[in-house]
Amino acid sequence: MNQLAEIISRNEDRIRTQWIDGMSKSVQRADLITKAELDEQCSAILTAIVAGLKSSGPADLMGGVAGAGWDSARETFQSISASRARQGFSTVEVATYVLSLKQPIFAAIRGTFKGNQDELFETIWAASELLDRLALVTTEAYMTTREELILRQQQELLELSTPVVKLWDGILALPIIGTLDSARTQMVMENLLQTVVATNSKFAIIDITGVPTVDTLVAQHLLKTITAARLMGAECIISGVRPQIAQTIVHLGINLEDVVTKAKLSDAFALALDRSGRYVARKSTAPPKANPVSALFERREE
Amino acid sequence: MNILKRDQQHLKNSNDVLVARQKVRQWAIELRFSLVDQTKLVTAASELARNALEHGLGGVMIIESLSNGPKSGLRLVFEDQGPGIPDIELALKDGFTSGSGLGLGLGGSKRLVNEFSIESEVGKGTKVTVVRWR
Amino acid sequence: MERIPVLRMGPLLLVTIQVDMHDKLALQLQDDITQRISELGSTGVLIDISSLEIVDSFIGRMLANIAAMSRVLGAEAVVVGMQPAVAITLVELGMSLPGVRTALSVEAGMELLIGAISNAAHGSEDEYSQT
Repeated sequence: MNQLAEIISRNEDRIRTQWIDGMSKSVQRADLITKAELDEQCSAILTAIVAGLKSSGPADLMGGVAGAGWDSARETFQSISASRARQGFSTVEVATYVLSLKQPIFAAIRGTFKGNQDELFETIWAASELLDRLALVTTEAYMTTREELILRQQQELLELSTPVVKLWDGILALPIIGTLDSARTQMVMENLLQTVVATNSKFAIIDITGVPTVDTLVAQHLLKTITAARLMGAECIISGVRPQIAQTIVHLGINLEDVVTKAKLSDAFALALDRSGRYVARKSTAPPKANPVSALFERREE
Repeated sequence: MNILKRDQQHLKNSNDVLVARQKVRQWAIELRFSLVDQTKLVTAASELARNALEHGLGGVMIIESLSNGPKSGLRLVFEDQGPGIPDIELALKDGFTSGSGLGLGLGGSKRLVNEFSIESEVGKGTKVTVVRWR
Repeated sequence: MERIPVLRMGPLLLVTIQVDMHDKLALQLQDDITQRISELGSTGVLIDISSLEIVDSFIGRMLANIAAMSRVLGAEAVVVGMQPAVAITLVELGMSLPGVRTALSVEAGMELLIGAISNAAHGSEDEYSQT
């Protein structure tokens, strides 16, 4: 197998050039990566492969690229793959990138073993196996990076979509839009409760006008939030209960006896105002005592 | 999966339960768990440590920090050589009690962690393992 | 053994729990509160747990017990300042402390207690006026 290492390192320049030239424009993605960067990545990969081949024996190769001798090669592949994932390359582009290395390497091998069929076949087979395994490592690293990216975006989306609004002194509103799953409810709950403490608000109106369905799970989540708020000394009012939701709740046998619910947010707000000892009054219609503009001039003359 | 760090805490009296809680809190902070997750972990530890002490007649808590790829986690094992639990399923139900109070706290603790497993043999002892991932 | 101080403020008892309590300390507190209510004829107990970072099922039960026992002895109890993380965890544990009155702060708790006490007082006045 060290023959393979020799073959590759002896023909490195030619292999690299053929590799890059052989890549169709769609795999090259000149819009995502410059010629120079591409060149660098290809060099790094070839060096890593040679190093891996030299450091591991034939037994290692049979066992795949998991051995210690391939550690730094795997890292190189993983980091190149991860950076491509972040840049926006597709799975196919990333896999093809590695697999298209086969042709130039096979060409180099054939050039070395002219006439010796057995050696030729063995070496080509070994190279093929190797590149397949490395392509798998690359694809796996790619997937992991994409998943992390998606997770992070989901998180940001969650945080953006559950704002807590202060309606009045001591009265908060939490308009929920969209579906409530476990992860989201956790975030909603924590956010609401922390705001309750920070603003010393005794009332929190949870408006579910924007929640499409309420099943047993969603109801449980809501109940947990309400119970936690109560333990802290605050009271939750659920508003925005649509007729269909009311029906669903009754059909499912969900017990909302201890929960105050209102059809409209405004009703809930009125209730919270009332419970906190306030009412809304109209301003008196008597004319103002002085023209505020002339009052300004008067003061200046003083 | 790797075990990065390991420590032990004997549970012989109620003060040990406090020390166990503090240890779990510290390790959870080091692993950068959110405040809510820290609280859940420490509370679960408190329940299970107390169980080991009161029902298990004393035992030990083993605390390990884990790493599984990019994820990091905290694993707690509570072992005692007490009378054991004859009906584990029953014990996991909320409200089940074998003495005074609300019960063994097992069902509740289960909800506070990501992974929960329990082995128990009557006359030999009980071992509860819980893991919370960050 | 250290004890958690139970302070008197007129008709009220004020308890601030700031330390991580082991079981014996918690049981001692229960005893002390009921004892003081009896001695002083207190009509309200305010328990400030804003510094408590952990409330497990044992402490939860203690709070519920204190509220129940106080009521039997003619006093109203309020638990104030539970931290959000603690509330979330307690609910997940399955405890909702139904018989325990709660408030966001010591101020709110006092308002609640004084209101409850004066309601009770007016209640008894009505009884007299009816005879």
